[in-house]
Amino acid sequence: MCLGIPGRVTQIQDPESDLVMGKVSFGGVEREVCLSYTPEVKIGDYVLVHVGFAINVIDEQAAQEILADLTRLAELGGLDGELPTSPQSAEEP
Amino acid sequence: MRFVDEFRDPALARSLLEALERRVERPYTLMEICGGQTHTILKYGIDQLVPKQVRLIHGPGCPVCVTPIEMIDRAIAISGLPGVILTSFGDMLRVPGSHRDLLGARSAGADVRMMYSPLDAVRLAQELPDRQVVFFGVGFETTAPANAMAVEHARQLGLENFSLLCSHVLVPPAMQALLDSPSNVVEGFLAAGHVCTVMGTRQYQPLAERYRLPIVVTGFEPLDLLTGIYRAVCALNEGRFGVENAYPRSVSEEGNPRARALMERVFRVCDRAWRGIGVIPQSGLELRDEYAKFDATRRFEVDLPHSEEPNRCRAGDVLRGLLRPNACPEFGRGCSPDHPLGAPMVSSEGACAAYYRYGRTLKQSDT
Repeated sequence: MCLGIPGRVTQIQDPESDLVMGKVSFGGVEREVCLSYTPEVKIGDYVLVHVGFAINVIDEQAAQEILADLTRLAELGGLDGELPTSPQSAEEP
Repeated sequence: MRFVDEFRDPALARSLLEALERRVERPYTLMEICGGQTHTILKYGIDQLVPKQVRLIHGPGCPVCVTPIEMIDRAIAISGLPGVILTSFGDMLRVPGSHRDLLGARSAGADVRMMYSPLDAVRLAQELPDRQVVFFGVGFETTAPANAMAVEHARQLGLENFSLLCSHVLVPPAMQALLDSPSNVVEGFLAAGHVCTVMGTRQYQPLAERYRLPIVVTGFEPLDLLTGIYRAVCALNEGRFGVENAYPRSVSEEGNPRARALMERVFRVCDRAWRGIGVIPQSGLELRDEYAKFDATRRFEVDLPHSEEPNRCRAGDVLRGLLRPNACPEFGRGCSPDHPLGAPMVSSEGACAAYYRYGRTLKQSDT
């Protein structure tokens, strides 16, 4: 139900419209998606799509950082002090 | 596919499992909230790969499973009214009501159609002005913005023949109900990544502080789950409580403000019954009075049958993490995806369906 699938935005129709529609490619398969909730989206961005709606623009840098952490962990093998575990959003806003 | 394949890398998963092994100091009980996460755990065998001391129990995060039987009976009753087209997501059509499911209603002549998106139902209403199109909208905070947009779009179009049968539920009140229960065993939560994509991490902080436990926002791919488990174990070792974000490519502190704003404009918070669990205060969403004409509950008067749950089904215990699906006496005997007794055996996110589909017999997992 809360399934979200990442896909690449290939088309944005009338961004001034009340209902902004566009096309998103999922590994080559294109679908019509509502982009009203991601006004910042640009062609080529990856969005997370849930029941025909983009619910966010995927933060590519955040994805790369986690993968880099995991790769470092794999390379270090048995060493400790492994993954950053600091509470990222525990601080007061 | 990008942002999927990288997070299924077996070598990285192995090193993460080894790191987890080194961190384990004692037994831990963690609950993943979302049924999508349950399926990843079972599909990739994460439940069998993590150290034995890490016990994963499965939460109530299957909206189809917790939709009250009265609501399904109501959908079936509305589908029987003349001129009505009853639409919903595919999973919803096979959930047993008191006497049958929506597919059964379709066999008996009702016009019941499966939709990919609630906007498709609005389009159908535009195309067929002589019919009444009802969208049976269930889901958590992830799905509420989509249904809010469908209602708002129908209002802008001036449609008189579209309505929403709304059975939305909210995650934090359910987590609180679990923690308040005397039978609670949860020491840390893996929070539902896509619910948090919409709502942000901020709303979980009060829960984490009040109950002094870690809540790690977690994604849906195997590396996401392993990272979430790893971070929850580290937090418990260090006696740390609070919200951590292990899914930052999708989740921010404030979530999606646009989606939240429309949700709040269209819906208001209400008490809601959860199937198998009971009423949880302030745990649901219903349409505000300004949108009353789009509310199928108010638009259609129907006679409802006396609701009856099959008493052999122990879905309530499964949904609260008290019973492993394969420890249910009916699992695989009186209850299977072809002949389900309850919703968790039907839904693609239900815990019972996951155990059945990925072949977890009682021998392989403890109770």
